[in-house]
Amino acid sequence: MISLLQEAAQSVAEHTEAAAAHGADQAGHAAESTGLPQLDIATFPNQIFWLVVTLLALYWVLSNVALPRIAAVISDRQGAITGDLMAAEEFKQKAREAEAAYDQALADARSEAAKIVAANRAEIQKELDAAIAKADAEIAARTAESEKRIAEIRESAVTDAREVAREVTAELVSSFGGNADQAAVDQAVDNRIKGAVQ
Amino acid sequence: MATEMEEATGLTFHPMDQFIVKPLFGGGEVHWYTPTNVTLWMAVVALAIIALLVMGTRGRAIVPNRAQSVAELSYGMVHKMIEDIAGKDGLKYFPYIMTLFMFITVSNFAGLLPKAFTVTSHIAVTGVLALAVFVSVTAIGFIKNGAHFLDLFWVRSAPLAIRPVLAVIEVISYFVRPVSHSIRLAGNMIAGHAVIKVFAGFAAIAAVAPVSILAVVGMYAFEILVAFIQAYVFTILTCVYLKDALHPSH
Repeated sequence: MISLLQEAAQSVAEHTEAAAAHGADQAGHAAESTGLPQLDIATFPNQIFWLVVTLLALYWVLSNVALPRIAAVISDRQGAITGDLMAAEEFKQKAREAEAAYDQALADARSEAAKIVAANRAEIQKELDAAIAKADAEIAARTAESEKRIAEIRESAVTDAREVAREVTAELVSSFGGNADQAAVDQAVDNRIKGAVQ
Repeated sequence: MATEMEEATGLTFHPMDQFIVKPLFGGGEVHWYTPTNVTLWMAVVALAIIALLVMGTRGRAIVPNRAQSVAELSYGMVHKMIEDIAGKDGLKYFPYIMTLFMFITVSNFAGLLPKAFTVTSHIAVTGVLALAVFVSVTAIGFIKNGAHFLDLFWVRSAPLAIRPVLAVIEVISYFVRPVSHSIRLAGNMIAGHAVIKVFAGFAAIAAVAPVSILAVVGMYAFEILVAFIQAYVFTILTCVYLKDALHPSH
């Protein structure tokens, strides 16, 4: 393409140069003073030559330096943006996982604590039960002992009272001048006491 | 005509003088190799483009600075334009179209600088640009599609009877393309710059100077718009022609 353009420019340049050389005197000055400078054919080769030079230089710089560089920058940016988005998505995922792990740990800790509480409670209950049972047994034993002693005391009290009553009765009977038949006195006292006690 | 008005009113109008091609280092002759104001301003344009697209992107930053943003913006705009209009296979010609677009845009804007020479206001320049597009697009059309490229002129969706007539019209319009393509750009540039010069010429009369200056400011703003739009139009038409070359069937 560019070579085509160059050829065209060169051929135009050659042609018009020849024409300009022919009537340089009339054409050159006349065109400058009257009419559009754009229609002054004598300047065409010059313009076309420099245009072609400029375009070729620009094309070379753009296609070899500027455009590849801009393309690289834009694609780098696109890459960076998608990379950042992916990283953000990853971090989000990680945060979600961490949150789930935290929740899991919390739930585990709760259930563990509940388990420990229950175990402790059961142990304490067992100890308590045992202590209560022991205390009950002790109480029962003491109660039984006390009852026995009370019974003994009562028994001895009855016996003592009987002794005292027999002696007193025998004494009373003898002092009244009666013949104190020990056996009969005993019988009588026993009968009385029996009735009193019951 | 200009000299008559000059004598009558004291006003000086030389709206076309800005377009004269002059040798830079004296001497009246303009040979094909003479360094002229065309040379100077084309060099300015080329250096400005290189400064923007090469120096501006030197940092290759992920977060671009201003120059790099503009470079990437122009890259993205032309790239998307080719892809949208000519399709993916048109992207092969991206550097070429980008060169055209950058050259025309920067030339148009550089021409708006005071004392500047507008290279795109010359039919010789726009003609070469348009002819280069025309020739290359036609060549691409024939290389890619062979004789099928002629389908472009044979409208199959029309009734058979009027197809030859349409073919003649299509061929004519095809060959008119480079003409309109080049004259549109140069004409816009010539007209805008000349109008600014005419308005500026009126500033010599004190009474109308404020109006004249306001008019120049307004025209200048308008010309900034035109500078971009004409470059855009030239590029988009290049893409359309390229599309016709790559996919000639209607």
